[in-house]
Amino acid sequence: MTLSDGYPTETIIGLEVHVQLKTQTKLFCSCSTRFGAPPNTQICPVCLGLPGALPVMNERAIDLAIRAGLAIDCSIPPMTKWDRKQYFYPDLPKGYQISQFDLPICADGFLDITDEADPVKTRRIGIIRAHLEEDAGKSMHDEATGRSDSRIDLNRCGTPLLEIVSHPDLRSASEAKEFLAELKLRMTHLGVSDCEMQEGSLRVDANVNLHIDVDGKKVATPIAEIKNMNSFRAVEHAIEHEVDRQYDAWEETGKTIEDEAKTTRGWDDAKGKTFLQREKEESADYRYFPDPDLLPIRIPQQRVDEAKANLGELPAELCQRLQTQYGIKLYDANVIVKQGRELIEYFEEAATKSGDGKRTSSWIQQDVMRTLNETQANIGEFAVTAQQLGDLLQRVTRGDFDNARARDVFTHLLKTNDSVEDAIKSLGIEAVDSNEIEVLCRELLDANPQVIDDVKNGKQQAVGALIGQAKKKNANANPKQVRETLLQLIEQS
Amino acid sequence: MLDSAQEVLQLQSRGDATAVEIATSAMDKIEATQGSINAFTHINRELVLSTAEAVDQKRRNGEPLGPLAGVPVAVKDVLCTRDMPTTCSSNMLRNFRPPYDATVVEKLREADAIIVGKTNMDEFAMGASTETSAFGDTRNPWDVSRTPGGSSGGATACVAAGTVPLSLGTDTGGSIRQPSGFCGVTGLKPTYGRVSRYGLIAFASSLDQVGPIGWSVQDVALLLQCIAGYEPRDSTSLNHEVPDYQAALQSNDLRGMKIGILSEALDVDGVDEAVRNAVLASAEVFRDAGAEIIDISLPHSKYWVPTYYVIAPSEASSNLSRYDGAHYGHRATQLAPEKSESLGPLVATYCQSRAEGFGAEVKRRIMVGTYALSEGYADQYYNQALKARRLIKGDYDAAFSQVDLLLGPVSPTPAFPLGEKVDDPLQMYLCDLFTVGANLAGIPAISLPAGKDASGLPLAIQLQAPALEETRLFFAGAAYQAMTDFHKLRPDTFQP
Repeated sequence: MTLSDGYPTETIIGLEVHVQLKTQTKLFCSCSTRFGAPPNTQICPVCLGLPGALPVMNERAIDLAIRAGLAIDCSIPPMTKWDRKQYFYPDLPKGYQISQFDLPICADGFLDITDEADPVKTRRIGIIRAHLEEDAGKSMHDEATGRSDSRIDLNRCGTPLLEIVSHPDLRSASEAKEFLAELKLRMTHLGVSDCEMQEGSLRVDANVNLHIDVDGKKVATPIAEIKNMNSFRAVEHAIEHEVDRQYDAWEETGKTIEDEAKTTRGWDDAKGKTFLQREKEESADYRYFPDPDLLPIRIPQQRVDEAKANLGELPAELCQRLQTQYGIKLYDANVIVKQGRELIEYFEEAATKSGDGKRTSSWIQQDVMRTLNETQANIGEFAVTAQQLGDLLQRVTRGDFDNARARDVFTHLLKTNDSVEDAIKSLGIEAVDSNEIEVLCRELLDANPQVIDDVKNGKQQAVGALIGQAKKKNANANPKQVRETLLQLIEQS
Repeated sequence: MLDSAQEVLQLQSRGDATAVEIATSAMDKIEATQGSINAFTHINRELVLSTAEAVDQKRRNGEPLGPLAGVPVAVKDVLCTRDMPTTCSSNMLRNFRPPYDATVVEKLREADAIIVGKTNMDEFAMGASTETSAFGDTRNPWDVSRTPGGSSGGATACVAAGTVPLSLGTDTGGSIRQPSGFCGVTGLKPTYGRVSRYGLIAFASSLDQVGPIGWSVQDVALLLQCIAGYEPRDSTSLNHEVPDYQAALQSNDLRGMKIGILSEALDVDGVDEAVRNAVLASAEVFRDAGAEIIDISLPHSKYWVPTYYVIAPSEASSNLSRYDGAHYGHRATQLAPEKSESLGPLVATYCQSRAEGFGAEVKRRIMVGTYALSEGYADQYYNQALKARRLIKGDYDAAFSQVDLLLGPVSPTPAFPLGEKVDDPLQMYLCDLFTVGANLAGIPAISLPAGKDASGLPLAIQLQAPALEETRLFFAGAAYQAMTDFHKLRPDTFQP
């Protein structure tokens, strides 16, 4: 990359991603992890860190961490343990966070993303490690009113997080975004996490610096860790802004990685700028040591093997299969897979029933997803079941009626508990006998003789007007059938 | 009556006394001795009597009664109780009322015991004399100018003073055994993980263990029976069945048992002649009971105290981080303006709350532990201590492949005068010379009364056993007490 009228630069990005594991209860107690409860209502002596309370590990979190690790090709070591990371902050009631220091549960993996330079190829982004830790609470500082009081909500305290740390292998803001999208797809697909940045179930810190090529000599700018980005777009913008800022700062001060320690910068979405939060990052000493309240965790190979066997298809494999099995395009397969497991299952069931993958895929992407969007509903609670949709589309493909009539049935099904059969009946849709069609067509041709001439003179589209009239006379008339009958009669005349 | 749990139980089952009468008598004695002994940080007569009344009611109704029905038990103030303050004898927690009971307290309630109050201790269990308490010194009932030992000094003094037959203490480096020895009572540190730590306010999590204190092995075994057992809320709790301890007390015949005597401990500088003689004399008693006495050495025992004084403060520095004035405990309200200015209000609140809330010994250990865990020092101190700990455990494994029990002293000296060591931390730490080994190795150990020295102060011996072999300690301890009357000696102040 070359900045306008500057030296060529290479952007170096490493990400630290916190993924909230989708457990019912917290990492070390049985409090709920539900989002959005009133402050300080999902707490107990353990997550409050009350004197005398002790943590007990949630096995489900271990299962999910193994699953997540396998999804990003990490190895799962046979032994892992808990360590205390110590620092003072009001939202950390014990004065330490239970985390993992030197023996993380997942190590040494990778994630492939699309290569921007050549979209047919992929680029491999290394994963250094992924470790489990408990979340802290949430501090709310009332700065706006100028008062100095702060509020603390400890509901989030003890929620299980998996911190995934990438190698600094990413080379642009858009690659970082692509990495996050792929990671989110895998984690949501495997049911490991909801990965909702707005709800904090996915949080990203980006370590960014530049390698500037100054007449053949590589100069590295000081590393900045960017925090508080609350959407993928924000990550992309923040990195883009930071790249420009670092280049400008280097031009202005000439400071390199040797002159300045890593700094922490926040992202201000409204201003579109990063701002300095903390200097001298390296001076923090967390005094890690093994947590004596918890036992080391042994993970037998068998448990890893079982998790592997139960992992199922990863999104890329799934897209491949949907393409070949249902005859849909890669683009369409991708759209469906990105909607998550429930919609994929819905698609597969409907497509199998209808016997027409393409039609099912297009109906799902248009009618089904639009309705879900409008009603803010989940596919799991959708009024039209996969079996019903499949049944309906099968009839369309068979030629019982057209898409427009099918849409009427679909709308009817959304509002009632009727079966497809009943819906068709109550809408008065019935297959029209070919004799009946022929009678109808003859009537229309008799009334519009100029159409016969037009068609004979090569204007086949002239029958279109008659099809419209046919539908008015008999709503069930299949346009395709009407058209064919009309042309046949004209030819015979 | 109040010096035997078995007798308290019998009096009630025979109908000779009610729980209310017993509790009243205990409360009278506690109140009468509180001025001279100061064993308690909290008592509540009304609450105690209503609990006792409920037990009597149960008995009158013919409902099933727990194994400690109507027995007054004192609880060290480091164990959480939802109906009494739990202070750790610290200003930091002076007004702390836990919203829950420690598991051992729950178990006492289930056993229908009468919890009479909370006993004084060294602040956060850090000390060997109960002098670091923010609630004043506890005094030794045998000689009120002397310490009862510590940190469970209140828990042993209240038994020695005759106010209750049983109490619960905790032992991180000798905190049950040393004060039991100083007060002439029997005290057990169980195997690490035998008794749940849930609700025990942590000092050093890998070493802390709750244990029973009473006059006799029988009573101590009775109390352990009630509090021992696996508990899912404590991940370090051991999932092993609890044996019937009373069954171990049936025989005094020690034939076939091998007891290793730690003679080299007796030659260490500073070991009192009377202490040495008490251990040697007890060896003769065990020999008379049929045991074989073998000389045993634990080669790394010289590293016990240094290892302990790295590991325990390291864990403590972490465990005590939560006392920052933000959520509970003492919070400084009047911040020094210059601190507030230079540190900001948050950090200034932390610093000043901790400066005001903690005493000198606690601060000392937090600083030592913080240092030992710091980057660049952890390898020299904390990690090195973990290696030494493995060697120390290895010594015990080797010893127990040759003998069934280890016999030695509890402390180098009998109870020392109040004030003698309180300003000399190193001298105080040497009180733990013979006790910290069992904590580092996680094994059970018992302190047994072994007579008096020339000035009438109690002497004691210590038996140590392999993990989960409390039965062996009770068996040998009961045999010893069957052949001696040391556990029947009472201080002059004691009133039957």
